[in-house]
Order: sequence, then C-alpha cells, then structure tokens
Amino acid sequence: MEKLLATDRNIDYLYPHVDVWGFPISSYLFLGGLAAGILLFAALYYLLGKEKDMPFTVKIGPLFAFPIIVLGLFLLVFDLHHKLYVWQLFMTARAVSPMSWGAWTLVIVSFFSLLWPLSFIDSIDEYLIKRGWSKMTKVTEYLIKLEHKWIIPHFIIIMFRKYRKFLAFVMLIYSIILGIYTGILLSAFNAHPLWNNPILGPLFLTSGVSTGSAFVMWLSNNKKERLLMSAIDMSLIAIELFFIVHMFMGMEAGAEVYKQAAGLFLGGEFTAVFWGVFVGMGLILPFILEALELKGFHIPIVVPAILILVGGLIFRIIMVQAGQMSEYPMFP
Amino acid sequence: MRYAMAIDVNKCVGCGDCVVACQTENNVPLGYSRDWIMEFVKGDYPDLFLHFESQRCNHCEDTPCVRTCPTGASHVIEGGIVKVTHDECIGCGACIEACPYDARYFHPDGYVDKCTFCDHRVKDGLDPACVSVCPTECMYFGDLDDPESKISKLLKERENYTILPEAGTKPQIYYLK
Ligand code: SF4
Ligand code: SF4
Repeated sequence: MEKLLATDRNIDYLYPHVDVWGFPISSYLFLGGLAAGILLFAALYYLLGKEKDMPFTVKIGPLFAFPIIVLGLFLLVFDLHHKLYVWQLFMTARAVSPMSWGAWTLVIVSFFSLLWPLSFIDSIDEYLIKRGWSKMTKVTEYLIKLEHKWIIPHFIIIMFRKYRKFLAFVMLIYSIILGIYTGILLSAFNAHPLWNNPILGPLFLTSGVSTGSAFVMWLSNNKKERLLMSAIDMSLIAIELFFIVHMFMGMEAGAEVYKQAAGLFLGGEFTAVFWGVFVGMGLILPFILEALELKGFHIPIVVPAILILVGGLIFRIIMVQAGQMSEYPMFP
Repeated sequence: MRYAMAIDVNKCVGCGDCVVACQTENNVPLGYSRDWIMEFVKGDYPDLFLHFESQRCNHCEDTPCVRTCPTGASHVIEGGIVKVTHDECIGCGACIEACPYDARYFHPDGYVDKCTFCDHRVKDGLDPACVSVCPTECMYFGDLDDPESKISKLLKERENYTILPEAGTKPQIYYLK
C-alpha cells in the first residue's frame, strides 16, 4: 500500500506536526528539573541537619532556583501561540492535564524558592562576603534593607523561619513533584509512542536531580560538599542508565509503534546524538571524571558539572524532538 | 445523543468538495484546512485501485485533546462534539500533541482550531457543510443513540472501520467498506 497524496495536507508548515514544541519547551523542562534538583537537596540536607556543613547546598543554591524558575516560566509563555490569554492558565486547575497542574506546581515551588533564601538572608550575606562575591552581596543587602523596611512582608519570613522544618518537608515533596512533572508532561501523550512511557517521570526526575547536584558541585567551594555531591551524582547517573536501558527494553517488548519509537534511538536518526553525545559525554564521561576525582586525581570539577548540565539539556531536546516524530502511522 | 459520521469509501472519488465546503462555511484561513482527503493505492499489481478517505477530527469518545488541555478551552458539547473556546485557549499546543490524527492546527491568530462538526448548522437540523455538498453523497451524519437514524442502520448493515483504533481514542468517524 502506498500513500499517494493528501489533499490540503501537503502543507509543510502544518503537517505532520513535528515541531509544535521546540527549544523553549525543552529548556523549560530542563530548567524545571534543575530547580527541582537544587531545592530538593536544600530541603533534604536541611532536614538531615547539615545546615552548617553544607552551606551552599542548603542556603546559597536555592538563591538561584527562583531566577531559574522565572526563566522557565518565561520560556513557557514565550512558546504560547495565544500569549495574551496566558492568564487563562491560572483560572482553573485541572488535575488531568499535566500542563495545568505542572504550571501550578511551578508557581508553588517558585514561592518556596523565593522565601527559602529570604529566610536565610543574613547568613547568606555573611557567606557571600566571605566568598568575595561582592556583586551578589549588593542584592542580599538590598533585600535585607527591604525586609527591615517591611516592604517584603516581614511576618511571612518570620513565620517561614519558625516553621522551617515543616516547610522544608513540603518543599522536598514539591520539588519531587516538579521533577516528575517534567517527565509526565511528555508521558501524558499516548499519541506519541515514545513519550507514552511510565519511566519518563522517574527518568526526568533523576536527570533533573543530577543536574541539580552538578550545579551545587560546580559552584560550591566547600571540598566536602563537592565530594559528597559528586558521589551522589555518580549514583544518580547509574540510576539514569538503568532507567534508560529499561525504557528501551520495555519499548522493544511492546507493540509495533513502540518498537518503531525505540528504533529512532537504536539505529535511527537519533542514535548518534543520544548515545554518543548524551549518554557518552553527558553521563558516562562525567561519571568517569567524578570517579577519578574521588580516587584523588585532580580534575577541575567544572568539567563534569558542565558536561552533566549540557547533557541534561540535550537529553530534553532529543526527547521532545524525537517524541513528536514518533507517531501512529496513518494508513487504512 | 451521540453524533457521528459514516463515509462510504467506495463512493468517494476524492474530489475534495468537502474540503472546500468546510473552508468556505467556516472561514478557514487561506492555506489551512479542517478536513482533508487521503489518497492511497491499494492491492497488488495488476489489481490496483485507489482508496480515498475524507478525514477530519474524529470527535473521539475518549478525548486525549480535552484531557490534556490546561485551561478547559477544549471541551465536549452535547452530542459528543469536541470544540475549542477561542478566548480560553492559550495556544500551548498540548491538544495538538495529544491528537493521534493531527486534526488540530494553530490558527494564524494564535488559538487552536479544528472541525466542529458544523455544530452551528447541526443545531438547526442541517448536515455539516462537508456532508451536504458531497456530489456522490458518500457521507452520512447522524445520531448513533437513535437506532432508527440512517447512520445507525448503515453501521449495522455494512462492514466498517475507523482510523487508528489502536490509538485508543474511540473515534466516531466510520468508514463503510
Ligand atoms: S480526532 Fe484528535 S482532536 Fe478530534 S477528538 Fe480525537 S483526539 Fe481530539
Ligand atoms: S492549545 Fe488551547 S485548546 Fe489546545 S491544549 Fe492548549 S489551551 Fe487547550
């Protein structure tokens, strides 16, 4: 059987829909995962009582989460085709639509990412002075001034300080939800067999947390913190590899459309960039570098950290693009 | 009430009148279309024949497009017709990704547009524009919940199929073999 033509469907810019979602959505998923990772570690190590030992993880890292989330939301809105109506997104909350509850999760998490560092603002200021990040101290000092002037609602921050343990717990849960959401957003689409995959949620969460640990490892100046993060990151990479192998095994065992979806990565057009660039240079190479570092070799930590961050972004670009190309074939 | 469409693929000659009628009736912007004809060659040489399918939104029973819409702009109205409220749509594209049939597109004004089963005509008791103009009269529109309707009878009498039933959306455009 051969398809000859499709009247009014041979319109390049309309059909098939392979680039409805592009770079902004991939980056949105990446930034969401990164922020989730950063906040997850902050909440986790605070709850474990490591506030003093891991100052960057608990207090400074979250300082970056808010701008990261805002950038992500900006990209999301930028990608909308009916931008002026964006407020409609926040007129309802629909549990069955990941796009809806994800946007709400992002809003909730962004509150935490703002209040968390504000509640630590004095010690953050001290830390920044010690580290000589004078540009950033200007920001914190300004915030402190605002807080003293009651412009930033003082009582919210005081309450936050008072119930920090409980709030850390909530933040931990929400950062996990955010991380999983970045995968579920895609896996909710049955129409794209590659995405229609329950492993995507945990896989994106793991990858997001891994980028979070890379971020902390890169910017912290505390040797212990860095080594711990790099050890954690190594196990996250191992989990990611496990998920990836399972994902493809599951697809290969599935119906023809799932085999075709897996085929895009197993011999198809995404094979080289997925295995060579993402798995090779974004997972395995940093894993080896981190292992060497732990063995005592001197490796500039920025190298594996950047590899993981760039790898995480590339992973999402590949998944978004390949997913849209994996479709049910329209033949009678 | 459950509106559906049945299309006799043996009568269809692929003239494309349904496409033009829809574009005119619904003011579809130039270069876009809500319905389209797929044209296939079937059989083995020398027994070849052409197979036409006039396709559009299947007004599925199980609607992934409605489920994934974050604002509720995509919704189902009386009779199972799937519609989009333009000023609730933010143009996120989730419904486009969710539809296995590529039945939706971004209108140049930003919102998502698609076949409405001509609900504005249907509520006055008329057939959708595509059905009403078909020169071979190969399309039937009606209520499946009414066992006496022409479409219910046809679907009972004749063998039929839907497109991509494996996508699991329970499409409501039937093709009579
Ligand atoms: S054909 Fe597509 S747009 Fe129409 S109801 Fe089914 S899933 Fe939704
Ligand atoms: S593009 Fe519009 S109709 Fe489609 S899912 Fe987004 S808001 Fe809903």
